[in-house]
Amino acid sequence: MSTVDAAVLERHGLKGDEYARIVAALGREPSLTELGIFSVMWSEHCSYKSSRVHLRTLPTQGPRVLQGPGENAGAVDIGDGLAAVFKIESHNHPSFIEPYQGAATGVGGIIRDIFTMGARPVALMNSLRFGPMDGEHGARTRRIVEGVVAGIAGYGNSIGIPTVGGEIVFDEPYAGNPLVNVFCLGLAGADALVMGRAEGVGNPVYYVGAKTGRDGIHGATMASAEFDDKSAEKRPAVQVGDPFMEKLLLEACLELMKGDALIGVQDMGAAGLTCATSEMGARSGSGIEIDVMHVPQRESGMSAYEIMLSESQERMLLVVKKGREPEVEEIFEKWDLHAAHIGFVTNDGLLRVKDHGKVVAEIPNTALVVEAPVYTRPMTRPAYLDDVQQLDVASLSQVQPQDTFFRLLASPTIASKRWVYRQYDHMVRTNSIVLAGMGAAVVRVKGTARALAMSVDGNGRYCYLDPFRGAMLAVAEAARNVACAGAQPIGATNCLNFGNPERPEIMWQFGEAVRGIGEACRALDVPITGGNVSLYNETDGNAIYPTPVLGVVGLIEDASCAITRAFRAAGDNVILLGETFDELGGSEYLKIVHGLVKGQPPRLDMVKERSLIELLGRAASAKLLRSAHDCSDGGIAVTLAECTFDAAGVGCEVDVPAAATRLDSTLFSESASRVVVSATPEQTDAVLQLAKEAGVAARVIGQTGGTRLKITVAGQSAIDCDVREAENRWSSVLEGFFQRQAS
Amino acid sequence: MPKTKFAVIVFPGSNCDHDAYHTAKHVLGYDAEFVWHKETSLKGADVVILPGGFSYGDYLRTGAIAQFSPVMKAVSTFATSGGPVLGICNGFQVLCEARLLPGALIRNKDLKFHCEHVRVRVEQTDTPFTLRAAKGQVLRIPIAHGEGNYFADPQTLEELEASRRIILRYCDESDQVSEASNPNGSINGIAGICNEGRNIVGLMPHPERACEAALGSEDGLVFFESVVASLASRGALTA
Repeated sequence: MSTVDAAVLERHGLKGDEYARIVAALGREPSLTELGIFSVMWSEHCSYKSSRVHLRTLPTQGPRVLQGPGENAGAVDIGDGLAAVFKIESHNHPSFIEPYQGAATGVGGIIRDIFTMGARPVALMNSLRFGPMDGEHGARTRRIVEGVVAGIAGYGNSIGIPTVGGEIVFDEPYAGNPLVNVFCLGLAGADALVMGRAEGVGNPVYYVGAKTGRDGIHGATMASAEFDDKSAEKRPAVQVGDPFMEKLLLEACLELMKGDALIGVQDMGAAGLTCATSEMGARSGSGIEIDVMHVPQRESGMSAYEIMLSESQERMLLVVKKGREPEVEEIFEKWDLHAAHIGFVTNDGLLRVKDHGKVVAEIPNTALVVEAPVYTRPMTRPAYLDDVQQLDVASLSQVQPQDTFFRLLASPTIASKRWVYRQYDHMVRTNSIVLAGMGAAVVRVKGTARALAMSVDGNGRYCYLDPFRGAMLAVAEAARNVACAGAQPIGATNCLNFGNPERPEIMWQFGEAVRGIGEACRALDVPITGGNVSLYNETDGNAIYPTPVLGVVGLIEDASCAITRAFRAAGDNVILLGETFDELGGSEYLKIVHGLVKGQPPRLDMVKERSLIELLGRAASAKLLRSAHDCSDGGIAVTLAECTFDAAGVGCEVDVPAAATRLDSTLFSESASRVVVSATPEQTDAVLQLAKEAGVAARVIGQTGGTRLKITVAGQSAIDCDVREAENRWSSVLEGFFQRQAS
Repeated sequence: MPKTKFAVIVFPGSNCDHDAYHTAKHVLGYDAEFVWHKETSLKGADVVILPGGFSYGDYLRTGAIAQFSPVMKAVSTFATSGGPVLGICNGFQVLCEARLLPGALIRNKDLKFHCEHVRVRVEQTDTPFTLRAAKGQVLRIPIAHGEGNYFADPQTLEELEASRRIILRYCDESDQVSEASNPNGSINGIAGICNEGRNIVGLMPHPERACEAALGSEDGLVFFESVVASLASRGALTA
């Protein structure tokens, strides 16, 4: 067909050889509508064409896994006949272009993925990366931060799902490309999961929710390209969210799912109606025929091309049992929603799109979904690694420990995130038994004795220095964090944020990171049940740090065993589990104080990590621990300080064994597999005995009490300050950046 | 004797309806029933709760559309005949829009949503929802709102003060009402008020989120226990 030339292909983000494959799959030239459909389904965002060969290597099975990757979200068995359904997704590109709506629609999208599975969403978290809030791009970054946080709040608060935790990092490589990864967890009956399938010839296909407009056309294609100075012009490709509409959809769908009239359901997210119809058909080997004239439209004169590619938000596609239409329509009418009957299931395996009865597209679903290109892209170890992995600690200037400690507390990455989570309703649904900011989020499961702990973690700097070990450390940290709440890690989801995969150095980072995630997850027996890949995170040719983010879910059998990071009372023993090594590579200290991103990330012994995680679970479920806090950013000094914050003013006096000849290395080293716990004097021996049995190094380093934070290293004074003073330096750092603006 | 029955009104966009229901029914063991906003009867309830949330997505103004829901006629009739009605957060906003309570709730002075535990001082105990509290008692209860900044014209405010209808105020660590303790800019530190008949109460804080030790506070129980005691003292029911 003469309509398809090189310019048309480029506009659709398709390569010449991909076009040849389309022609081969159809046995003819595609129409423009068909080309549009292929372009979104074969985009990186929908097809995972660069990442698929690597993702296949991840462990996805386990005794608790009810649903692995491939559906709208993964699910694990949590006992009592219930399943935890969860996934993490990115909305990086839209959030840079239009921070509020980009972040808000990211939240809306992940929530739909969860309730589509038949689960009631009960918790949201997010993992965010921004540039520094001061300096060259500070003003722009502050605007993005305010917009993203307000967008997450605006959507989550309104729909009534608590945002219970998350992480935020500020670092230069994200200045031109922030990361907004959102995680949602829901609860469903273990035997009542709903799948995105289109079965039963003749069954009606319904469209429910917001009307279709021209917003977001080619959003999936946009998310599969780099940014440049023209990116702002792409603003119309960012959608606008309506949490009220989604709340109605959520309630109506869950009500419908209680009965048996529903066959399958899928939300219309990336690639909209195209993705929902073709994926539902492909999963069950069936076809779907629709006529776009029945699709509710917000604007007049929309073409079939536009309707099929629109990414308007808050829309669902449902297949229901023939003959049950009246009860389905009645439920949606109760919620003031209009369910439009737009087509039916066929047995020919084709996605057939009509416009007023005239066929405008006819494509095998398998060609769109299963036969999308898969690339084994070339990988090359980046040359920069040889240089950045060299770190000569001896050349670092000596620092005054207490001043340095105060500087680290005031680093935005380490400082309290209260300014952020206070804007999120983190208590609605009255399940948040550990409040935001106190460690891993813990949400109780009403009607049972159980609770779920969850944490999202990643460290781009570590991955930049060594993507394999950095990714392993991300898995370990997320798992360790839920263990610190008293939970056993039972499942994970990942969001892989990388640069342009067509560059061999980026692809190498990706391959190494996935290999690291796989190795760490296998070592901990934590399966990956789903996730998301976000590539092309580059602006003007500068890639972000490779940033895999892990969301780990843990199970607490008895919710009353959940613990937090904060010391509880004076007179308890402070115990350090694990060992500190001379490991400043990639640390926050090295970055903040010496301005260096160098060295090797901390070593990680997965056998030791697993022993530590299991020990924490055992000790917590025996109620031997009063608090537990993971040692990470800022080392043991910052960890001990955080144990005294929000702790009713209880300080501590500890002596830390020297890990190196230099004081800074002992205080600020970020050695992995370490946790600071506290226990009453009566229970301390039991904790030490359990640690001994587990083969975990454990040592009483001091006691809680007083109003001061006193840390000595091998008897030598290092830090001695009032807890209030330290807390003040930590607690309102983020507010400070915005108040300065207002005044 | 039958148990006290709570009706929890569900507007489209209500999202604290489950929490109010859970507290009344599962924490306290009373009867509770959801009442969909399109219904016209309260199903024989003894107490009505208008829950928090974003009814109608906060479109137009908070609570502005919900006041026209069919069920509001029944709520109004129930209230004018002396039945106890508690509006929490968005429920308070709906009661103001429906003119069952005076004044309005406007955006927080810093234009940001606030979710956190705050301290509130009980100012009056002669309402069905506070009679088991002590005057001056300080409660630790969460707020979660973007528009909780109570405003009324000077004359209304004077009336409210004179008739002792301000029943909760935000206060600081030393139990004083101060600028620093006011999370949203509410005039006179107002966190809750009642109507002239004292049976209709509106609160911005969420007592239903503070009824279990596991959630960090049980200070919200007093509102539920008070209304049950109030009904019992009228001889209608026992707890």
